[in-house]
Amino acid sequence: MSLRIVVCVKYVPDATGDRHFADDLTVDRDDVDGLLSELDEYAVEQALQIADEADDAEITVLTVGPEDAKDALRKALSMGADKAVHVEDDDLHGSDVMATSLVLAKAIEKTGYDLVIAGMASTDGGMGVLPAILAERLGVPQVTLLSEVSVEGGVVKGRRDGDTASELLEASLPAVVSVTDQSGEARYPSFKGIMAAKKKPVESLDLDDLDIDADEVGLEGSWTKVDSATERPARTAGTIVKDEGEGGKQLAEFLAGQKFI
Amino acid sequence: MAEVLVYVDHVDGAVRKPTLELLTLARRVGEPVAVALGSGAEATAAVLAEHGAVKVLTADAPEFADYLVVPKVDALQAAYDAVSPAAVLVPSSAEGKEIAARLAVRIGSGIITDAVDLEAGDEGPVATQAVFAASYTTKSRVSKGTPVITVKPNSAPVEAAPAAGAVEALAVSFGEKSTGTKVVSRTPRESTGRPELTEAAIVVSGGRGVNGAENFHVIEELADSLGAAVGASRAAVDAGWYPHSNQVGQTGKSVSPQLYIASGISGAIQHRAGMQTSKTIVAINKDAEAPIFDLVDYGVVGDLFAVVPQLTEEVKARKG
Ligand SMILES: Cc1cc2nc3c(=O)[nH]c(=O)nc-3n(C[C@H](O)[C@H](O)[C@H](O)COP(=O)(O)OP(=O)(O)OC[C@H]3O[C@@H](n4cnc5c(N)ncnc54)[C@H](O)[C@@H]3O)c2cc1C
Ligand SMILES: Cc1cc2nc3c(=O)[nH]c(=O)nc-3n(C[C@H](O)[C@H](O)[C@H](O)COP(=O)(O)OP(=O)(O)OC[C@H]3O[C@@H](n4cnc5c(N)ncnc54)[C@H](O)[C@@H]3O)c2cc1C
Repeated sequence: MSLRIVVCVKYVPDATGDRHFADDLTVDRDDVDGLLSELDEYAVEQALQIADEADDAEITVLTVGPEDAKDALRKALSMGADKAVHVEDDDLHGSDVMATSLVLAKAIEKTGYDLVIAGMASTDGGMGVLPAILAERLGVPQVTLLSEVSVEGGVVKGRRDGDTASELLEASLPAVVSVTDQSGEARYPSFKGIMAAKKKPVESLDLDDLDIDADEVGLEGSWTKVDSATERPARTAGTIVKDEGEGGKQLAEFLAGQKFI
Repeated sequence: MAEVLVYVDHVDGAVRKPTLELLTLARRVGEPVAVALGSGAEATAAVLAEHGAVKVLTADAPEFADYLVVPKVDALQAAYDAVSPAAVLVPSSAEGKEIAARLAVRIGSGIITDAVDLEAGDEGPVATQAVFAASYTTKSRVSKGTPVITVKPNSAPVEAAPAAGAVEALAVSFGEKSTGTKVVSRTPRESTGRPELTEAAIVVSGGRGVNGAENFHVIEELADSLGAAVGASRAAVDAGWYPHSNQVGQTGKSVSPQLYIASGISGAIQHRAGMQTSKTIVAINKDAEAPIFDLVDYGVVGDLFAVVPQLTEEVKARKG
């Protein structure tokens, strides 16, 4: 029987660009290029490796995001995923994590799945909670923050390196997994992969297709509200000295002045 | 006054500092009721009471250790049902965030993660977040349900505020989903004797410029002279020079100490994301153009192998 893998990928503003908030306090997407959240490349990579080990597997990449988010799907398809689902609806603008996860959960159920794989955190919101929320909403085990993952005989196993201990985890499928950037370098799309991706199917869904009311999502429907966003004032230029043999002593003087020693 | 649930992060009864900070913030929005789970839960009561907990709800069961996250969500939900709090506060550890998030789904509430400050507002608690690698400060609140908020370490002072801290056993019934993810084995991290990275007042970090595992002792000696924790950039970690558990940055730990000293670190955005809220930032780098110098209060352009040992000697000499 085929192993159905759904990989959640997010389209985010490039972290090396100048990220801003728009007037409605949502992320300004016009000013800076978007891309597939780098940490989701690790999720796609693990999906590809798990699929390689399975007799028969199909990888669907899924995103909730604006029109341009198709770029993130194309990147994942060019890495080797089989097909894509794009949930796109004007009413989604400004959705918080509860709203986004509601949409993702419905889309995952509609697509059908044995295994959901996500990144450890997005590079914009960076909450790092969406995979756990998906597990709660779908009613399946969470096997999250894995630096190593494998699937065999309907069981997913992984290693979670926590604050105080490293744990080996195990759960039966269906399950939700998230992987860290320690799980293994993500592959670059090959030229062949990029060409093949152009022919792979991308299904578009809107809120109606998922039976979600507009007032459950978006800026108004969300569970949280941003009241203000202020750019942090540029740091006042610090003192910079060139070491000419006394750099360590000068630094000690500064630290003493600040009462650190 | 309304009650506020505070989830206790502890190791065998030893309460970790971020929880005590959380009690300071909790008192701004209500009366703290602490929830301590697992082995040693009752032993947490004294220190929690000293810092303002009016009540300490405790529960222990093998499920907390044998299965991942969900049993703790069941317990926190039981506490929520028993107390009907005005807010739920949880330390922003990886596990804390997952527990908080799943509770939020169950009780139909919104969640805010990684708050760096918290105040009472007309419409409930207002959380401050430092976002986009700390280049923006936002203020947000939960607009549906009971606010669930996770707070980063070093976000508030630890203040004594003696309260009753009456211990009450919490009755928890585990749902069938709670045993979904088995913890097959657990290898505790070996203690280095240095302060915990996220909680430390001073962090001394090394990057690619340290140029080898065998050179990291230069960083460690400076850290030890200052009583600091040791951090590393991802480049140093990926090269195998230092454990991943010490990585500072977007995919490592996020730190906000009083003092952050970066040596041989260029200051890539992903590194900045984990340290930019540090109060005082110092860098040592031989490249005057390194982006880290845009952030510093004090920078030394120079070879870390000359500057750092000299600094260590000076610190030792001054401390006597
Ligand atoms: C700076 C900032 C701060 C925010 N703070 C909050 C907050 O405190 N509370 C709140 O409710 N919302 C918040 N949001 C909104 C929130 O980021 C989005 O709703 C988001 O889609 C889910 O959270 P995340 O991206 O942080 O997810 P994370 O939990 O960090 O993401 C983990 C993984 O989930 C998957 N994923 C996440 N989003 C999508 C998506 N749209 N499509 C497909 N897969 C996805 C990816 O695999 C990702 O790697 C914030 C947004 C920003 C930009
Ligand atoms: C998705 C993603 C997540 C990431 N997460 C993280 C993260 O959590 N943390 C993190 O740190 N990075 C992270 N990175 C990596 C990040 O982009 C940088 O590659 C990394 O921070 C560089 O580390 P570095 O500053 O040590 O090395 P480099 O950028 O190579 O800088 C080394 C510096 O050392 C200086 N130097 C060399 N020799 C000496 C000497 N003898 N004395 C003084 N100075 C010297 C050089 O001038 C240079 O500035 C992430 C990247 C991605 C894509």
